[in-house]
Amino acid sequence: MDLQTVWFVAVAVLWTGFLLLEGFDFGVAALLPVIGRKPADRHLMLRSIGPLWDGNEVWLITAAGAVFAAFPGWYATWLPALYLPFVLVLFGLIIRAVAFEWRHSHHTAQWDSTWTNVIVTGSLIAALGVGAALGGTTLGLPIDGDGIRVGGAFAGVTWAALLGGVAVLAYSMVHGAVFLALKTEGPVRVAARAFARRWSLVAAVPLLAWAGLVQLRSGTTVTAVLWLVAALAVLATWASIRLDREGPAFTAWAVVMLASAATVFGAVYPVVVVSSIDPAFDVTIAEASVSDYTLTVMTWAAGVGLPVVLGYQAWTYWVFRKRLTAEPETPATAAGDTVTA
Amino acid sequence: MDVLDVARWQFGITTVYHFMMVPLTIGLGILLVVMHTMWVRTDNPEWLRMTRFWGRIYLINFVLGVATGLVQEFQFGLAWSEYSRFVGDVFGSLLALEALLAFFLESTFLGLWIFGWGRIPKKVHLAALWAAVIGSIVSAYFIIAANSWMQHPVGVVTDDATGRPQQVDFLAVLSNNTALAAFSHTIVGSLMVAAALLVGIGLWHLRKRRLAGLSPDDVDHAVWRRSVRIGGYASLIAFVLVAITGDYQAKLMYQQQPLKMSSAEALCETEAPAPFSVFAFGKVGSNECDDVHSWTVPALLSYLAHGDFETAVPGVNQLQEEYSAAYGATYPDDPSFGDKAGEPIDYTPLLAVTYWNFRLMIGMGMLSAGVAAYALWSTRRGRVPTSRIGVYGSLLAVGAPFVANAAGWIFTEMGRQPFVVYPNPDVPREDQVYFFTAQAVSPGVSAAEVWTSLITLTVVYGALAVVELWLIVNFVRRGVTTSDGAPTPGHTPDGDPDADVTPGSASTRRADDDDVLSFAY
Repeated sequence: MDLQTVWFVAVAVLWTGFLLLEGFDFGVAALLPVIGRKPADRHLMLRSIGPLWDGNEVWLITAAGAVFAAFPGWYATWLPALYLPFVLVLFGLIIRAVAFEWRHSHHTAQWDSTWTNVIVTGSLIAALGVGAALGGTTLGLPIDGDGIRVGGAFAGVTWAALLGGVAVLAYSMVHGAVFLALKTEGPVRVAARAFARRWSLVAAVPLLAWAGLVQLRSGTTVTAVLWLVAALAVLATWASIRLDREGPAFTAWAVVMLASAATVFGAVYPVVVVSSIDPAFDVTIAEASVSDYTLTVMTWAAGVGLPVVLGYQAWTYWVFRKRLTAEPETPATAAGDTVTA
Repeated sequence: MDVLDVARWQFGITTVYHFMMVPLTIGLGILLVVMHTMWVRTDNPEWLRMTRFWGRIYLINFVLGVATGLVQEFQFGLAWSEYSRFVGDVFGSLLALEALLAFFLESTFLGLWIFGWGRIPKKVHLAALWAAVIGSIVSAYFIIAANSWMQHPVGVVTDDATGRPQQVDFLAVLSNNTALAAFSHTIVGSLMVAAALLVGIGLWHLRKRRLAGLSPDDVDHAVWRRSVRIGGYASLIAFVLVAITGDYQAKLMYQQQPLKMSSAEALCETEAPAPFSVFAFGKVGSNECDDVHSWTVPALLSYLAHGDFETAVPGVNQLQEEYSAAYGATYPDDPSFGDKAGEPIDYTPLLAVTYWNFRLMIGMGMLSAGVAAYALWSTRRGRVPTSRIGVYGSLLAVGAPFVANAAGWIFTEMGRQPFVVYPNPDVPREDQVYFFTAQAVSPGVSAAEVWTSLITLTVVYGALAVVELWLIVNFVRRGVTTSDGAPTPGHTPDGDPDADVTPGSASTRRADDDDVLSFAY
C-alpha cells in the first residue's frame, strides 16, 4: 500500500472513530427530551457522557486535522463548498460544549433547563451537519474542474448531504439509547431499552441507503460484502435488544457503523470529493495529497502517538465503567470505589 | 469590503477572542498544578481549597477556549482555502499533530481530573491534572510552530511543479528559532495573566474580609493571602522572563522581519546609531512614515536591535524600496489576487497598529508587574491592604496582561502584512517561499457568506463572553466558603475547611452537589 492509501485509511478510521464515539454522546443528548422525563433522569443521562464527550470530540478535531495534513486539496475543496453548513456545525459544537460545562456552574431550575435545551439543540445541529458534510463529500458536491463550488451558498446542501445528516443523527440516537441501557440503572435504562427496541431497524435505513448509494456508484465486491455485514449487524442488534442483551446489542450496533463507514470509504476510494457535476472533476487522493516526505513524518508520529492515545482513552472508559444510578452516591460507596480502582 | 477584508476581520476577531481564553488556560493550569501538588504533598486544606476554587474558574474558562478553538481549525479551510493549499505540506501536519499529541491528552485527562475526585487514587488524580496541563503547553508549542513557520518559513524547498513549498526537514520546522522565541514569550506572558487574576481577586477578598471584621486566622483568609503571594511572585518572575524572551524575540525579528520592527518604532530613515521612540505624535495614522515624529532616546534602538550602541538600523523608507525591488512594486495581474490584481503593494504594515500595539503590550506588561509589586508590598508580614484605590485598581488591572497578550499578537500578525507567509531572508532570493495575504482567501466563497459567518460568530462570541464573565464574577463573589472546599469522599483532608457552611447555602441546595461530580457537574 502506498502512503496516500495508508493516510486515506487513517482518515477514514478517524472519521469512523468520531462517528462511533461522539455518536453516542450526540445520541444521549438528542434523547434528553425523549426519555429524560424528570430532571434527575436528565442529570443522570448527562453524567453518563460527562467525562467522555470532550475526549470524543477530539476525534473530530483530529479527523479534520488529518484531512488538512494529508490531503490539503480535499480540505480546501470540501470546506468552502459547504461554507455556511460548516459554520452552522461550528455554532452547534460551540454552544454544546459551553452548555455541558456551564450548566453546572449555577444552580436554578431555569438555568438548568435552558442549558439542557442548548445541549440538545447543539447536538442535533452538529450530528446533522457533520453527517451532511460527509454525505456531501462521498455522494457528490457541485464542484467544477478547479474544485470551486458552483451555484451559490446553499448549492452544497443537496439531497445527498441531507441523507448523510439524517443517517448520522438516526444512527446516533439508537447508539445513545443502547449506551444508556448499558450504562445506567432505573427508569432511564428501561426507557432507553424501549427506544432502541422500537427504532433500531428504522434508524439504520438512512445509513444503509447512504452506504448503498456509494456502493452502487463505485463499489467493489469487498465493499458489497461489507454492506451486507452492516445489514446483518442491524438484524443482530435488533435481536439482541429483543433478548435484553445490552452488551451484544452495543457491539452489533457498533459493527453497523464500522461496516457502513468501511463500505462508504472503501467504495469511494480513491476519490475524496465526488463532483456531482462531472466525474472528471472528482478530487482524488493523488491530486489532494501532500508530499511523501510529509506523509512519512506523520506516519511515524501517528504510529507512535495513536497507540498511546488509544491506550489512555480506553483506560478512562474503564475508570468510568460503573453503571450510574439517579440516587446520590453515599460516601461509603464512593470510597469503596476508590479502593477497587 | 470585499471577501478578503471580511475574512481578515473574521480571522482577527475570532483569534483575538480565542486568545483571551488560551493564556488563562495555560497560566492558570501551571499555577493549579502547583496548588494541587502542594495539597497532595502536605495534606494542608488551604491548598485543597485553592485548587478547587481556582480549578472551577479554570474549567469555566477552559471550555470556552476549546469551543472557540474549533473555529480556528476549520477557518483555514473555510475562508482561506488557497492558503491551505499553498502551505498544506507543512502547516496541516502541525495542526494534526497538535490534535493527536496534545488535545487528546488535554481533554481526556481533564475529564479524568474533573470526575476523578474520590474515584481514583490521589496521586493518579494529581497526575491527570499534570497530563492535562502538559497537553495545553504542548498544544501551544505546535500551534506556535505553525504560526512561526508563516513568519519565518524554514525546512522547505519550492516544488517546481506546483510552485508550493515542499517540506524537506521536519525537525527544522519544529526547532525554528522564531518558534522557540515566540513560545517562551507566550508561555511566560500567559503566566502573567493567571498571576494577575490571583492577585486581583485575592486582594479584593482580603480587604472585604477585613472590612467585615472576619478573623485572619481561618482557612479562607490563608487561601486568599496565599493566592496573592503566589500570584505576586509568579507575576514578577514571569515579567522578568517576558522581558528577556521579548528582547531575544525583537533581535530575531530585526533579522527576519525588519519592516515590522522599524514600523513599530516609526523609524523612517536608516540611522546609525538609531534612537528608540518613546512616544509618537504627528499623523501616526496616515501610514506615511515621515508624518510621524516622536520623543526618542538616542542610540537605544541600536542596542535593542543589535546589542550595541552604534550599528545602523534600517528605516521604513529604505526597507519599502528594498522589498519593492525584490518582490515587485505591484501585485501580479492575475485573477488569484482578486481586487488587488495589478495594484501597488505597500510593504509597510499599518504604522499606527504596529506602533501603538507594541507600546500597549509593553506598557500593560509593566503595569501588571507594578501591581504585583504593590500587592506583595501591601501584604508583607501578614498585612491586609485597606486602600480602596489599591485593591480596586488591582482588580481592574487583572485585564492588563490580557490586553498585553492581545496587543502582542495583533502587533506580530498585522506587522507581517502584506505577506501571510513572510519570505525568509536567510534563504537566497530565488529559493524563497512566500505568499501574499491577497492570494490566500477562498475563491469560491462570496462576501455575503463570510459576512454571515462573521456576524453570527461575533454575536455568539459576544453573548458567550457575557455569560462567562457573569459566571466568573458570580463565582468569585461567593468565594471559597461553598461546596468547593468540601471534603471529597475518600480524600478527607485534615481539619474541617467546611465548618462554616450553613444549611440552605449554595452548597446544599442541590442534593447531587455532594456526589463525586459536584466539582464541575
